[in-house]
Amino acid sequence: MKYRVFVSLKPTVLDPQGQTICRALNGMGHHWIADVRQGKYFDISLAEGVTREQAERDIEQIAQDVLANPVIEEYRVELLEQ
Amino acid sequence: MKFGVVVFPGSNCDHDAWWAVTHNLGHEAEFLWHDDESLGNADAVILPGGFSYGDYLRCGAIAKFSRIMRAVERFAREGGLVLGICNGFQILVECGLLPGALIRNRGLKFICRQVELRVETTQSPFSSEFRKGQIVRIPIAHGEGCYVADPRTLEELEAEDRVVFRYVDNPNGSLNDIAGILNAGRNVLGMMPHPERASDPLMGSTDGLLVFRSMAAALSLAR
Repeated sequence: MKYRVFVSLKPTVLDPQGQTICRALNGMGHHWIADVRQGKYFDISLAEGVTREQAERDIEQIAQDVLANPVIEEYRVELLEQ
Repeated sequence: MKFGVVVFPGSNCDHDAWWAVTHNLGHEAEFLWHDDESLGNADAVILPGGFSYGDYLRCGAIAKFSRIMRAVERFAREGGLVLGICNGFQILVECGLLPGALIRNRGLKFICRQVELRVETTQSPFSSEFRKGQIVRIPIAHGEGCYVADPRTLEELEAEDRVVFRYVDNPNGSLNDIAGILNAGRNVLGMMPHPERASDPLMGSTDGLLVFRSMAAALSLAR
């Protein structure tokens, strides 16, 4: 089983990197780009034998406690491979 | 008086902090390894600047899970004095001993220069030796020093007189120009500027030494 966890800044938190990328894109002539938000993702592969229920509980916990800082970031978990 | 200076893999201001305490302040200091379980007989703890665990994941995010931090958290909750400088401040917000977060500087650049700070309160064991409103010169050196918190937290910090240092000319976009804050118990201070780099006369300013002097004064009162 394989999961992907996306982490990005909350919409209310300033993202100066995203803003800089947006300005660069505008400067290249892509005038229709209105906003860019930068984030990151983690691909997590699980060992054989774990149930989906157990895996999802663990991944959720890991995303909350480690991968994202809930003060400034939000996350989304996606199943990549069964 | 004995100060414990925590050393994480990637800390790089640990020796500066040790020097400030031993040579400039004239007290004892000892290094505490990140994998240690105990703070020994330290009377106060310093989390120094640097790049703990390479700043991987987020600044301070991995350090929060190190063994020594369990002891530091216990020490802080029991009222022990904890000073987090720069990366140390980032670790303190990551582990929840201080509210808010530190994100990438508004201008994206790593900024390393002397800045002016205004001392906003002397009602703390870290700032009693300053004068309220005093302007001090202490250097910053960070890429992720923009302090953010939700409006309610900011209101609380201001109402409870927990902002100790404010930038005179905000270099990084920090909300309310915040450079250093206290926890509710006023025994934990996190600050982005480096007082240990402004403690020796050779360094051009000794304003930072007053932070350590304040701590020593508070500790001797407590004895």
